[in-house]
Amino acid sequence: MSKKNKIYFILIIFISIVVFFSLLIGLNKENTYYPNAKNRLLDKEIIAKDLLLNKKVNFENIIKSNNYTIINIWSSWCVPCRSEHKFLMSLSDNTKINIIGLNYKDNENNAQNFLNELGNPFDFVLVDEDGLISIDLGAYGVPETFIINNQEKLIVKRYIGPIDKQILDEIKKIVK
Amino acid sequence: MKKILTLLLLFFCTTSFLSAEENSDVINKISKNLRCVVCQGQSIYDSQSDFALSVKILIKKKLEEGHSEKKIYDYLKAKYGEWIVYEPELKKNTYLLWILPLILFVFGGLLIIKKAYIKDGKNK
Repeated sequence: MSKKNKIYFILIIFISIVVFFSLLIGLNKENTYYPNAKNRLLDKEIIAKDLLLNKKVNFENIIKSNNYTIINIWSSWCVPCRSEHKFLMSLSDNTKINIIGLNYKDNENNAQNFLNELGNPFDFVLVDEDGLISIDLGAYGVPETFIINNQEKLIVKRYIGPIDKQILDEIKKIVK
Repeated sequence: MKKILTLLLLFFCTTSFLSAEENSDVINKISKNLRCVVCQGQSIYDSQSDFALSVKILIKKKLEEGHSEKKIYDYLKAKYGEWIVYEPELKKNTYLLWILPLILFVFGGLLIIKKAYIKDGKNK
């Protein structure tokens, strides 16, 4: 083998190894995109119907009191919402936070039954009939939870998927 | 008189029908250029997920309110990030993305011309 061929040979092997490993790493990497909601301001005006009071309310008025607001997007047809409900119930004792339940694309009777059966941890249950309020929040789907700093109207944290013990502890730490 | 009235009625019916048609064309066009964030790999237009259906309703509503196409994109970009549109905007950190194909094209062209030219020279 001439010197030139040797260099080519080594080069090709080297490049193959690099390509192999970069593809291998790429294969194991999770490539789902999650939009970043952290530190995004809430829209000025979000108006929704309250399921229990049966009248329209403005987010702005709700989040005036207390330091933090938790917005939980849920639905009676959403199975993981059932599993996270007990964690929301345990948060409802905390009088320092507002908890808003955003009822996503649900039948109102079913929603009511869901709350009757499992308890109502929410200070307000707002109806999101066609999912537009969720988009206003920049949400993904159900279940999803936002923590909002009331003074700055800022999204401090967002959890996609059901709340579990670990997330509950995290939430408690934030709103302390 | 009656004839004129029916004609007028027909005229208005068709025009309103046409404008509705036009609107749905715009909705299709916008929703084809939006990524479904929940069901990745599909456009909003293709997807039947709850998220995609809501975005389609949103586009329709915003168009009816008189928002422009750009305003709708901007609204969604503010909520979900630049990634939600398929076509990236031309700005500082996407210059390379837009210009690279052009550079490669010119470079390749030069290479071919050079090769052909040298070959020509040799033949002579």
